[in-house]
Amino acid sequence: MQAYWTLVRRELSAYFFSMTGYVIIAAAMFLLGLSFVDLLKQLRHQPTPMPVTELFYMTWFFWLILVLTTPVITMRLFALEKFSGTFETLMTTPVSDRQVVLAKFSAAMTFYVLLWLPLLGCVLVVRFYTNEPAVLDAGIMGSTFVGILLLGGLFISLGCCASALTRSQVTAAMVSLLLSASLFLLAVLADQLPAQATWQSQALSCFALFDQMHDYARGVVDTRLALFCVTATLFFLFLTLRIVESRRWK
Amino acid sequence: MIEVSNLTKRYAGVTAVSNITFSVARGEIVGLLGPNGAGKSTTMRILAGYLPASSGTVRIDGLDVFRESKEVRRRIGYMPENNPLHHDLRVREYLKFRARLKGLRRKRSRERVDVVMEQCGLAHVSRRIIGQLSKGYRQRVGLADALVHEPELIILDEPTIGLDPNQIRSVRQLIKSLSPVHTVLISTHILPEAEMTCNRMVIMYEGKILAADTPENLQRLMSSNSQVIAEIAAPQAELHACWAQLPEIEQFDISASQGNYFRCALTPRDGLDLRPQVFELARAHGWPLRELTRNHHSLEDIFVQVTRPAEEDEG
Repeated sequence: MQAYWTLVRRELSAYFFSMTGYVIIAAAMFLLGLSFVDLLKQLRHQPTPMPVTELFYMTWFFWLILVLTTPVITMRLFALEKFSGTFETLMTTPVSDRQVVLAKFSAAMTFYVLLWLPLLGCVLVVRFYTNEPAVLDAGIMGSTFVGILLLGGLFISLGCCASALTRSQVTAAMVSLLLSASLFLLAVLADQLPAQATWQSQALSCFALFDQMHDYARGVVDTRLALFCVTATLFFLFLTLRIVESRRWK
Repeated sequence: MIEVSNLTKRYAGVTAVSNITFSVARGEIVGLLGPNGAGKSTTMRILAGYLPASSGTVRIDGLDVFRESKEVRRRIGYMPENNPLHHDLRVREYLKFRARLKGLRRKRSRERVDVVMEQCGLAHVSRRIIGQLSKGYRQRVGLADALVHEPELIILDEPTIGLDPNQIRSVRQLIKSLSPVHTVLISTHILPEAEMTCNRMVIMYEGKILAADTPENLQRLMSSNSQVIAEIAAPQAELHACWAQLPEIEQFDISASQGNYFRCALTPRDGLDLRPQVFELARAHGWPLRELTRNHHSLEDIFVQVTRPAEEDEG
């Protein structure tokens, strides 16, 4: 346990010891700001019964931030250590492979959550100017953040996996971007195609992340998304673990 | 402390280490010596539990490095080749991080970090960022990291590579000071280094062990058939007859030298030292003798001698 926390601290601080962390935060805040401007414009025209988080989700910036930042957050996790050789010093200390994978994933998740905190600020601003207490509904805020966390877990575990595959950070980022974009496109496809009774359509409906996340932004906690994200996250973490272990049987 | 038996490591198609067996006793400083690509680093990586062996077993302190990997890793301080470090951390931060990672409690890690920083001469750079340190200091940080959890066995892969002579000297002194409390295994391709620091040397070449002994024994082994060179002013025929009837001489070669001297290269039988006899002979005959030397083989010669035949076979 001690090794786990030590590693989490180290990984998390590494984001702030280099420019990467600040650049990612700045980029995410810029996109969040843009989406917020968009959101305020909509609010000016007519009153809406939609919660602010749903309005935010409807601007599509959510997906842009998710798909663009997660590869950059995760690319350094394993690739940099393998490149600089510190992976060897790490793996020759008495830590288990599982601890390493989990610690890196946790650190990336924590950083990812930090990235989304400004959203809270945006909502507070809306609350301040509209004088509408319903804006800050704890349930809706909670479910939105749960959705953000679930999807984040999926995309970050995907990035971990990509980073464990290679020594090059650029390759890691490209691979995870490719995978995330494919997942995103599948979601688009599931959204666009009409629902049918065929198995293909049924399978595709599992990837209907748009609708499901929309529910979360509205305050509806949909177990389908939770189940999908958690299993996929566990799957990719397991895959990462196997890749890390592979040096033992390769 | 270390028992390696029939260790083999194959990478895709290449055999990096083939069927080596050696052991290291507690408190020894053993040098793994060999040219680049001899399989030293691979052997060390296996010992440190980073890579698995293709076949054979490695036991450290009686524990199997593969099956009881975690226990073994607790007992080892390992510094890989090129000494990779986190360049964004300060020296103290890094050592503390490593100490905690190796399972030291908070208070203990603080104490140990102070001790190893003192031991490795890092106390005055403890607040510096590792990336801004000179190579010599970074090497010391790597050493301090290997020592921080008081491991019984310290494995250092080329600890003095890329250092200037003064730094090399201080690192060597540090390594020497580790024995007999710690067992040390270092790899190097620099002979004087092994000669100076190690109690025992294992010479590797192309994945095999060619020789393993103390530096003195290796030297003795090699000097056993070392030639004696004598320059004597005497008629060549007489010299010839003289050497031919001496039973201790296995082989001799006479060539003309400057003046009326002849240069005789005498190879002894059974590693005898021929010098007193040659001197006695020259005195008895009244021949002027102007040089009498015995070739002293340095480890460098041994190294070349041991590793060359294989190279020629390959060609």
